[in-house]
Amino acid sequence: MTDIRYLAPRSLEEAVSAFAAAQGAARILAGGTDLLVQMRNGVVKPGLIVDIKKIAEMTEIAETPEGGFRIGAAISGATLAEHPRFGKAWPGVLEAINLIGSKQVQGRASPGGNLCNGSPAGDSVPAMIAAGAVVTVQGPNGRRQMPVEAVPAGPGRTHLAPGEIVVSFTLPPRPAGSGDAYLRMIPRTEMDIAVVGCGVSLTLQGGTVTAARVGLGAVAPTVLLVEDAARALIGSRLEEEALEAAAAACRAACRPINDKRGTIAYRIKVAGVLLKRTAAIAAQRAGGN
Amino acid sequence: MAKVHVTTTINGEPAEFLCEPDKSMLDVLRNTLGLTGTKEGCGTGDCGACSITVDGRLVCACLMLAAEAEGHEIGTIEGMARGEALHPLQQKFLEMAALQCGICTPGVLIAAKSLLEKNPDPTETEVRFGLAGNLCRCTGYDKIVRAVLETAAEMRETAQ
Repeated sequence: MTDIRYLAPRSLEEAVSAFAAAQGAARILAGGTDLLVQMRNGVVKPGLIVDIKKIAEMTEIAETPEGGFRIGAAISGATLAEHPRFGKAWPGVLEAINLIGSKQVQGRASPGGNLCNGSPAGDSVPAMIAAGAVVTVQGPNGRRQMPVEAVPAGPGRTHLAPGEIVVSFTLPPRPAGSGDAYLRMIPRTEMDIAVVGCGVSLTLQGGTVTAARVGLGAVAPTVLLVEDAARALIGSRLEEEALEAAAAACRAACRPINDKRGTIAYRIKVAGVLLKRTAAIAAQRAGGN
Repeated sequence: MAKVHVTTTINGEPAEFLCEPDKSMLDVLRNTLGLTGTKEGCGTGDCGACSITVDGRLVCACLMLAAEAEGHEIGTIEGMARGEALHPLQQKFLEMAALQCGICTPGVLIAAKSLLEKNPDPTETEVRFGLAGNLCRCTGYDKIVRAVLETAAEMRETAQ
């Protein structure tokens, strides 16, 4: 039996130094909904578990002076759902996070874990990308910021440097007339892994789209930012032609696999369908703001 | 392996235990503390048989390290009845036969109690979504959902 240690530091500096010192033998524990399953399966045998939930910055929700939000990477979906204003500003991000697993899983699972687990099908990731969220990362060489779409490197892998921890997500201020949404295709009504996931964030002025971002999940080795889809929407009044052009851009961005959840052809087709449906919900919400 | 000393609260009572750093809360509840009401189904967070509350929040005990209980309040099925007096959900599950083999029942009861605390007047759909993390291979869920709705109605009447 190999020795294993559990550490629950109260400061980020302590967490980073222990995590870095363990040189790859350590795992970060946030909600544990992936890590404990991996440990049980024997896929992961950490020598050190660093529980980051006692670090205030990693579990708090703060409103930035500019009018955005900064959410701790280890916060649970259930906690985020109880915040009085977050879900009003970012309903799409919240619904994406709240789609991860059951009520029980929601009590633990975090956006930081969902991102760092590196699954192409992680539900919160397309919505975070659509939102233009930026992660703050701390490591042995200090702090840096990365757009969310720069973090995933492939299934189960990230571009974080050794010893780096995702600390928080910063979401930008919301101009009037903005709305976001996340939809995923699953063959059940609840508790499943996305066959395709689509996040859309829009800002409309007088019915014309002035800003748009589109994130697409489960159709490539990493969750994608689809800039061509956003370009097709910006300047449009969401006419059928613009929506079809954006849908086509989503289909063109797909590099999916065939697996038990969906074929390549099916995933590509659904990516376009979901873009249209998600954009319609985002636009409706934008109209209400 | 160096054991972790954990001081916590379980069902309102102070509790202390020693555990290996990689042991789950479920393992410690059942095998160290003898609280075997919390069941192990899948061990991977899919079935909800090990549902407990941590500071009032519903979680799977199999997805939590026992070491994480330090300083928190754990609630298990053993804390649901007050002595011999069953919780209204437990009573209604008996009356309406909302169980068969019973292995999922403690987890379903903990999840249903958590649901009703947040939403005392749920729709049938809300109950079904709220309990989607609790698998039952016997009942087909219908009796469970009806019992939860019936209990909710009675608890609302009692509260008035």
